[in-house]
Amino acid sequence: MTDLTWGLWELLLKGLWLTVQLTVFSALLGAAVAFVVGVARTHRLRSVRVVSGAYMEIFRGTSALVLMFWIFFVLPVGFGWQLMPMWAAILALGLSYGAYGSEIVRGAIAAVAPAQQEAGIALSFSPWQRLTKIVLPQAWPEMIPPANNLLIELLKGTALVSIMGVADITFGASLVRNATGQSAPVYTIILVMYFVLAFTLTRGMRVLERHAKAGIGQAPAAKSGGLRRTARVPRQAEAPRDVPTTGGAS
Amino acid sequence: MSAENTTSKETKNPAVDGSQLITFDNVTKRFGSNVVLDNLCFDVASGKHVTLIGPSGSGKTTILRLLMTLVKPEEGTIKVAGEYLTHEERNGKLVPASERHSREVRKNIGMVFQQFNLFPNMKVLRNITEAPVHVLGLAKDEAEQRARELLELVGLTEHIDKYPSQLSGGQQQRVAIARALAMRPQVLLLDEVTSALDPELVAGVLDVLRDIAHTTDITMLCVTHEMNFARDISDDVLMFDAGRVIESGAPEKIFSDPEHERTREFLSAVL
Repeated sequence: MTDLTWGLWELLLKGLWLTVQLTVFSALLGAAVAFVVGVARTHRLRSVRVVSGAYMEIFRGTSALVLMFWIFFVLPVGFGWQLMPMWAAILALGLSYGAYGSEIVRGAIAAVAPAQQEAGIALSFSPWQRLTKIVLPQAWPEMIPPANNLLIELLKGTALVSIMGVADITFGASLVRNATGQSAPVYTIILVMYFVLAFTLTRGMRVLERHAKAGIGQAPAAKSGGLRRTARVPRQAEAPRDVPTTGGAS
Repeated sequence: MSAENTTSKETKNPAVDGSQLITFDNVTKRFGSNVVLDNLCFDVASGKHVTLIGPSGSGKTTILRLLMTLVKPEEGTIKVAGEYLTHEERNGKLVPASERHSREVRKNIGMVFQQFNLFPNMKVLRNITEAPVHVLGLAKDEAEQRARELLELVGLTEHIDKYPSQLSGGQQQRVAIARALAMRPQVLLLDEVTSALDPELVAGVLDVLRDIAHTTDITMLCVTHEMNFARDISDDVLMFDAGRVIESGAPEKIFSDPEHERTREFLSAVL
């Protein structure tokens, strides 16, 4: 690897930075899409469920790469303007990973006990209040582990943009390979780079998950600083008994 | 508490004096081909405590769930405080109620569930204040003040800052009672509220409910298998079997001298 000059390293690092940007922006778009579509799929109106279900099927069932080309090359024909390749890529990745994500959101919502909805009805909360105050806060911690998986898939999926000439790490790597004529060092380097990114994401999501679970009284918050700690919660079976010290009832 | 209940300013439909607070008129509820309630008619007068007893599957819990609009009747109408619950009048015709209409009428009704159903994502205080603040529009201070009073009533003041998962079943159920009362409902529905509790925790919850029954003028509709409790608090007991009321009357009468053979059988099995 000693034959990699600073200029070539710079190419890879710039690519790394672009991959980070692509991942962040597509993840934000994807998360927004996932929430809107996932919630819509649990809506009480059938028409809303049908439209959101159709979105999910269509975007889950089409290739992100083809979608990317379609947005970049076909959309301009119809609309008369063309997106920058980077934004076309973000749009394509966000829309298709959002379709996968909507299933995570829908599943987590469905996993919240129906009795929680009933308790919300009994207190006269509106459907929107029940969703935002009761259902989503409880569904949220359940979404994080599968979302982590999807986020890493997305990170690796950003490599598709190199085909459109967007200068991410994979694109940078092929330039470096062409310049040096050596495949092994450069591909090993970017393999490690992807791994480090993925590992960082996973650590971040772990912290988020612990924090989210603590927020519904399920588990201790992370040991890392800055987060509020809650006591370890006893399981229901070993929960404290009503002893006189708790004040009895009468 | 009783004075507060009658002057409560957020109560939209004041008790109709001397008249019926809840009216079931020929209500039929089926699940598939299974008739759970069969042309049921009954009234509950304001301030009365009515206990529904009977074998499981006889439709008692369904009555409470109908009142909470968790299930809808196939036939018949239900009125609460003079308003149709599952229907509304439009151009002189009865049409199925909108979500908004049902919600308005439902504000008169509070419910305590068998499984407590506290919100695990909120601490005890917020479990109690959330609906008063966001549904009734109470100021936060006022709602918290009210919550503290209710927690005192149910004997859980020191647990105000805990999550439900940190409480025992009995404690959770007492918070759930406080949460329901914080809405100042005219009617409190109690759905087998001690059935999910360890035996040693039952008494604490029943004591709280006795206290509420004896010191407030809240109307109670209670499904329970705790016959001593039913005897203590009830003005009326309705015995259900196969979706019909087969016998009703004062608790002394029903529990010591039932007329119906089915009632005798049932009571000898549970007492």
